Amino acid sequence: MATAGDRFEQLRSHPVAAWLGLALIVAALGILPFALASVGTAWVRITNLAILFALLSLGLNIVVGFAGLLDLGYIAFYAVGAYCYALLASPHFGLHLPFWAILPIGAAVACLFGVLLGAPTLKLRGDYLAIVTLGFGEIVRVFLNNLSQPVNITNGPQGVTLIDPFRIAGVDFSRTDTLAGLAFSGPVKYYYLLLVVLVLAIVINLRLQNSRLGRAWVAIREDEVAAQAMGINTRNVKLLAFAMGASFGGVAGGIFAATQGFISPESFVFVESIMVLSMVVLGGMGNVWGVVLGAILLSFVPEILRYTVEPAQKAVFGRMLIEPEVIRMLLFGLALVLMMLYRPAGLWPSTRRKRELSESDQT
Amino acid sequence: MQAERLLEVRNIEKRFGGLTALSDVSLTVNRGEIYGLIGPNGAGKTTLFNVLTGLYAPDLGEFEFAGSNLVGLKPYRVAEFGIARTFQNIRLFGNMTAMENVMVGRHVRTRAGAIGAILRTRSTRAEEEAIRLRSRELLAYVGLSQHGGMLSRNLSYGDQRRLEIARALATEPKLLALDEPAAGMNATETAELRRLLERIRTDGVTILLIEHDVKLVMGLCNRVAVLDYGRKIAEGEPAVVRSDTEVIRAYLGGALP
Repeated sequence: MATAGDRFEQLRSHPVAAWLGLALIVAALGILPFALASVGTAWVRITNLAILFALLSLGLNIVVGFAGLLDLGYIAFYAVGAYCYALLASPHFGLHLPFWAILPIGAAVACLFGVLLGAPTLKLRGDYLAIVTLGFGEIVRVFLNNLSQPVNITNGPQGVTLIDPFRIAGVDFSRTDTLAGLAFSGPVKYYYLLLVVLVLAIVINLRLQNSRLGRAWVAIREDEVAAQAMGINTRNVKLLAFAMGASFGGVAGGIFAATQGFISPESFVFVESIMVLSMVVLGGMGNVWGVVLGAILLSFVPEILRYTVEPAQKAVFGRMLIEPEVIRMLLFGLALVLMMLYRPAGLWPSTRRKRELSESDQT
Repeated sequence: MQAERLLEVRNIEKRFGGLTALSDVSLTVNRGEIYGLIGPNGAGKTTLFNVLTGLYAPDLGEFEFAGSNLVGLKPYRVAEFGIARTFQNIRLFGNMTAMENVMVGRHVRTRAGAIGAILRTRSTRAEEEAIRLRSRELLAYVGLSQHGGMLSRNLSYGDQRRLEIARALATEPKLLALDEPAAGMNATETAELRRLLERIRTDGVTILLIEHDVKLVMGLCNRVAVLDYGRKIAEGEPAVVRSDTEVIRAYLGGALP
């Protein structure tokens, strides 16, 4: 079986085929929101959310997949990014900074939180690290819930409303514009923006994976003592993993706040952390493409169920017997159990070794 | 003939609770030699290794390496100064290929960071190319060229031992500390290992060797120290140490006349 990397290399030597394939993919992704919008605008929003989760999964993949640090509080960084955006671009503080200024700030603040979480947990591993990160995630959420007194910073459980949408060169992302006879609604515009960000995130992930730093992360995951003995400063390298992963979450959070226009601590509960982790594990820990696949599957399947289970039951039994939410969880559990039995390494496991193999054969 | 000192260990003591694992151990390793460290199981050989490579801090004493005092430094700093080691119970990065294992060894002598990796700058690419080149050379050096793409955990036992040596050599050490490299090897593999160690010595890397295979130690080492119950009971050329009465007693018990 050829890996994505192999195929990429093969395509590189056949430029025509490569460009044709790329053009097809770009065209398909370009038409997708209009196709979805014809089914229902909700599907464009669902797609956008799926891409946001793909961004989160890519960030968590750095921490869990590459460096092997089990993080159960990852959603906290998403929250930090979202609140950064919300507080700097809403009537809450009367601040309306442009998004291109806030997203880097959000990434940087999330990065800082990543280091804050990483520093005290450097000596912890496995279960112990998981417990602390879980606590960290909860602490952030509880703070967001309660930082409305004595000074109102986060507006507590009510959340922040009327968050500014993105504006690029006068184009407002909350309105519908018509260009060349095509209606570009808000979600459609965000879709294209998210797609660009996702491609960037994938490139960053792939490049990190095949770098000196990426190898150091894997080495730490495999054997920390040996990694240290080989001259890897495990403290810094681990902190870097936390910081890089967190900054992905920060950027995703900022875009999330802008697309929703409203955020509250309720969006950043523990289950969301588990969800992102499941996407990483289901897709294939450490493999960038697998992780994206996992995120898209776990985002779409529940929604598809939501729209099919109810009519199906009504058609067969004449009434609703089992709530879609229950079926969703049942299937989710079943899927994870089957996964662990038949594909423990994920749907699309990491196969980067193949590349090394073909390379050393040449010499 | 006065040889140049590379490592000078002075009065090292290491206790674990009530157990004194090392007591007043002093030894000197000269540049360019193979220095053997032998002794019965539990004599403190590996503990001494762990002290020298920064995994343990000694309770007393100090050691000087190439003119710098390394006591209390973290393992990664020790590696920067030029001590690389292998482990008694092989500690390779099992799910990385043989090639990648050696490439990790280059970490300490290379610089590229996150920004360089993301932007894939010219200097990063050049460095990456140099890492690959050097790693391939080292794989060839230990005779593992054809296994570069194999996951290290799938390598045979002897190959894993040699890969650990290649990984350690990738850090460009002045001193290579080998913890029982011949353990579990058959006669052919041991003979191969011996040739490899001799070649490493010829190429100018000093070796500190823990080994139970007495024939290997006696044939290979320039000098040998014997540890027993955490104390050094003998030091000198192999032939001299072999006939030392205390050494014989330590290995065979006191009953021998």
